[in-house]
Amino acid sequence: MVTPQPTGQPVLALKAIGKEFGAIRALHGVDLQIFPGEVVGLMGDNGAGKSTLVKIIAGNFPPSHGEIRFDGNAIRFTRPIDARAVGIEVVYQDLALADNLTASANVFLGRELKRRFGPFAFLDHKAMAARALELFGELRSETRPHDLVKQMSGGQRQAVAIARTRLSNARLVVMDEPTAAISVRQVEQVLSLIHRLKEQGVAVMLISHRMPDVFAVCDRIVVMRRGEKRADKAIGDTSPEEITSLITGAKEAA
Amino acid sequence: MDTPVESPINFTNISKARWWQSGLFASQTGYVLLALVALFVVMNFASPYFLTEGNMQNVAKNFSFIAIATLGVTLVIITGGIDLSVGSMMCLSAMITSMVMTELSTPGMPVASLFVHPAADGKTVIANVPGLILLISVLAGLGVALIVGLINGFCIAVLGLSPFVTTLGMLSIVRGLGYVVSNGRGSFPGGPDADYFYALTSGSVFGVPASFIYLLVLAVAMAVVLHHTSFGRHVFALGGNEKAAALTGIAVARLKIEVYVICALAAGLQGIIISGWLGSAPANMATSYELNVIAAAVIGGANLAGGVGGPLGAIVGCVLLEVIRNGLVLAQVNSYWQQALVGVIIILAVLVDRIRSRMA
Repeated sequence: MVTPQPTGQPVLALKAIGKEFGAIRALHGVDLQIFPGEVVGLMGDNGAGKSTLVKIIAGNFPPSHGEIRFDGNAIRFTRPIDARAVGIEVVYQDLALADNLTASANVFLGRELKRRFGPFAFLDHKAMAARALELFGELRSETRPHDLVKQMSGGQRQAVAIARTRLSNARLVVMDEPTAAISVRQVEQVLSLIHRLKEQGVAVMLISHRMPDVFAVCDRIVVMRRGEKRADKAIGDTSPEEITSLITGAKEAA
Repeated sequence: MDTPVESPINFTNISKARWWQSGLFASQTGYVLLALVALFVVMNFASPYFLTEGNMQNVAKNFSFIAIATLGVTLVIITGGIDLSVGSMMCLSAMITSMVMTELSTPGMPVASLFVHPAADGKTVIANVPGLILLISVLAGLGVALIVGLINGFCIAVLGLSPFVTTLGMLSIVRGLGYVVSNGRGSFPGGPDADYFYALTSGSVFGVPASFIYLLVLAVAMAVVLHHTSFGRHVFALGGNEKAAALTGIAVARLKIEVYVICALAAGLQGIIISGWLGSAPANMATSYELNVIAAAVIGGANLAGGVGGPLGAIVGCVLLEVIRNGLVLAQVNSYWQQALVGVIIILAVLVDRIRSRMA
């Protein structure tokens, strides 16, 4: 795979990010840059600090130390919608779907399409279903917009969660374990979607335990261990073996 | 590895749900409605009086007396909450309404001179602006409900208290306040606008009870809001997955407060209507009505776990309860059986839903 050399301004730049929960130091001195159109794999064992880092980027809570720059501007998120407003979309590991609603209702949750009748605004069911069907088509997912999410397979749910990120013109899409609970064919679909995002200049951050997936799509791999960044290597300069030893701590840093 | 974008997706291995497996037909509301129709047929054969106009008017009137409050509670239940304070709320709103009405209609009372003046005979009073006293007293009753709803919502959404405990406390607080303001005596709507009040609450239009008309209007409005506005969509999302609702940017705290306020307002309006029918607002009015209201909502298909329910279900639940009560009276069964039977029906309705969702 050809690795484009990142040029210009990073879409997201983290500088010396640290986070403490009481006496627990979850993150310490993390520097990280992601450029437009770049796919970065974030790897690490459980408790390495991946989730904390993702939650800081997603705006769930602010960091204790350090600075976040988005498009060169220093920012401070207090709520997830703040992050979404600047163009960061997150696919959460538990997908954050409302089971009792339809696929299209979930895709548009919080940003429904409406039609105005005088002082009232009513949901535009037709337009939302049509757009949702289009998005599912792009994702190669056989998902009907009007089906309830509780009746869906793991892959369909994943498609609904990913379709959500395609509604706005996101600059950075963070995916937390998007391939953990789905079929082989659907894994391929998710990976090809990541390729498509990359072609459109969207930066992608992929958190995954699955080494083959990470090596299939990522340009760069960042390894976290014990709350610190231990490696940040282009995919061509490393190997699954090296990454494994970095994750487990057999190799301290690279 | 890229699949071509152009090829259309097909649904060959995902069949579409049959019409009887989705929507109303697959819901608890659907088969409780079916049971209700069956009950009507049975009652028609069991008693010649059941389907008479007079009896149907009675049924319509009686079930609308809890149905408006049931709409409000159903809304709360859809978000995954509960409101136990509706019975007390009915009483306090009714009481405040009739007290304000009496106060404003008594010459000599503060500010009453703005609203009434004594008539030439010195005994009766005449309103300065007809209907204004009624409007202000009803707004006062609803205003109290608004405040109670805001407090409920604030405690639950902002302070994070459990809805059950908060509204259980509010049940007691509001009932207590009712006794305090009335000194336990209750109050009566009075003054020149009392006739309007009775006409609007216990009157009827072409034989249709006024309370039934209010119910229909509110139920239709609720159905439209729930299914065709983003407010309604967010109410369902909140009941389905509160965390997801928050992550997608829905203002969860605000939404919860709004829902509890609407519920309290519905209960307040219900209480005002009941007091018009009773002709007074006694301090023990609507005691334990919250249980009937919640029972009707649950029988009609509102799921206490959240995410499911609607106005049709609320009405069906109320009608079923009333038809059973009415039927037992017509069949000359000891009326004490009613309460036991209602309990059986609550459990039965939920049980059938459980069996159905296991089979699906």
